[in-house]
Amino acid sequence: MNYSQPLELSHVTAWLDEVLRGAMPEFWALLIEYVLIGVVLLTLYAVLALILIYAERKITAFFQSRLGPNRVGKWGIVQSVADMVKILIKEIIYVKKVDKVLFYVAPFFMIVASMLTFGAIPFGQGLQVVDFNIGVFYVLAVSSLGIIGVLLAGWSSNNKYSMVGAMRSGAQFVSYELSAGLALMTMVVLSGTMQLSEIVESQRYCWNLFNGHISAVIAFVIYLISGHAETNRGPFDLPEAESELIAGYHTEYSGLQFGFFYLAEYLNMFIIAAIATTVFLGGWMPIQVKGWDTFNQIMWYIPSYLWFFAKAAVLVFISLWVRWSFPRLRIDQLLNLEWKYLLPINLVNIFVMVLLVLSGLTLTGLFPNVFGN
Amino acid sequence: MAEQIIFYILAAVIATFSIMAVSTKRIIRSATFLLFVLLSVAGLYLILGYQYLMAVQIAVYAGGIMVLFIFAILLTHKPGESAPSKPIAKRLLIALLSVGGLAFCTHIIVHNVSKVYSYSLGTTGSDIKYIGLTMMGTDKYQYLLAFEAISMLILACIIGGIMVARKRK
Repeated sequence: MNYSQPLELSHVTAWLDEVLRGAMPEFWALLIEYVLIGVVLLTLYAVLALILIYAERKITAFFQSRLGPNRVGKWGIVQSVADMVKILIKEIIYVKKVDKVLFYVAPFFMIVASMLTFGAIPFGQGLQVVDFNIGVFYVLAVSSLGIIGVLLAGWSSNNKYSMVGAMRSGAQFVSYELSAGLALMTMVVLSGTMQLSEIVESQRYCWNLFNGHISAVIAFVIYLISGHAETNRGPFDLPEAESELIAGYHTEYSGLQFGFFYLAEYLNMFIIAAIATTVFLGGWMPIQVKGWDTFNQIMWYIPSYLWFFAKAAVLVFISLWVRWSFPRLRIDQLLNLEWKYLLPINLVNIFVMVLLVLSGLTLTGLFPNVFGN
Repeated sequence: MAEQIIFYILAAVIATFSIMAVSTKRIIRSATFLLFVLLSVAGLYLILGYQYLMAVQIAVYAGGIMVLFIFAILLTHKPGESAPSKPIAKRLLIALLSVGGLAFCTHIIVHNVSKVYSYSLGTTGSDIKYIGLTMMGTDKYQYLLAFEAISMLILACIIGGIMVARKRK
């Protein structure tokens, strides 16, 4: 069944591709397309960061019974743009006793790692830059690069607080990466593929979260917890605990270099939400019910990228909710949580998922007429 | 053409940073330069179409081993200090040894590169399903036995590590 999708952006990209290929040889057409894709991704990255920062400040304010930004524009809506301009024209302070090379390289590690992950996310139908057949694994691999930036930043700052922050961050990231990876692997077992586009496609009538019921819900919760921990946010922000460590690993940074860390932090929050959306909540796929063609058609009128961003926004909101509801953990509690609870649960969970899939006890296995593709 | 340009860029990056990794005097910088080399090698795998190998290279070397390296270096005594220079005679010996090693490796690579090429033509190496089946299969050119043997070895290592680290009561 083909549904009409009038607002889909893939119409625009397909038209652009046709025009470019008609006007010049393939090499130049591809080159222009690659550059365009790069520009669009970078812009999206920056704009999303602005939106996220505004949303965080506003939502945080409401959680704390404040008003939040309200002077610049209506409801303070241009506040984060003003902040961006401020951070762009700020002086980058050259600290004397730092390790020069590593100090300036470190922020780029953060931003490149989160950019590489960002590029692989399927934002909508036909809106995915690269569709590796190892999508999930690729995302896990490149997102692990960011921690090197944190460690180098902390060490090269030549500052005790930064160093302690970086060591905490390292311990935290290395441990929680395991849980995040295993939770995603549980879902790979369920969908039988690592390719992000196929994972989305397989959730047409039943989200993975419901398809794998018990196991999938456990994996989802574990993924969200370890995702929050990986981004150094929420109750897991002890690498930059303001009350103990000033600002942790980015204490010595100023201007745009600090901006890089700041941007990467917000975007990592979005990336975690985006991956959880893609793997657990059906990605950009609109809600559909088998046989209800009119209903499905109405759902398809809402473009796929809006579905994607709406689902991701819900998860981002949950992340903020958790962040402002729980007190900060101590380092030993943090490591206990991961190694003594999450990891064993995860290992058992992946085994249960294998059993569920093999014995056909998933929802698509039990009710192929209702949920099967 | 585009692939060649990218290859030359990657090759230049690998060569430059390999030299910098061994010539810099601060150990933590040389670890960082080594990381750049490993990442560029991942880029080479990507050009060849071995996406799985690329992701493994990044996850294992860049994400795992390099983090471990940097952690270990940070915990050592004064990691930022420059290492003292070696005397001339020692340097000459080292240069001689490395040229010899380079010649040996080049000889082996040049002699075997055609063999590897003709072998790899017949496989569909980049498909994740194919890799999985090969790992877990028992047919010819499949690795179940080796895989299990390695997992036994790693298990023994883990138990050994715990035994060594455990305090006697």
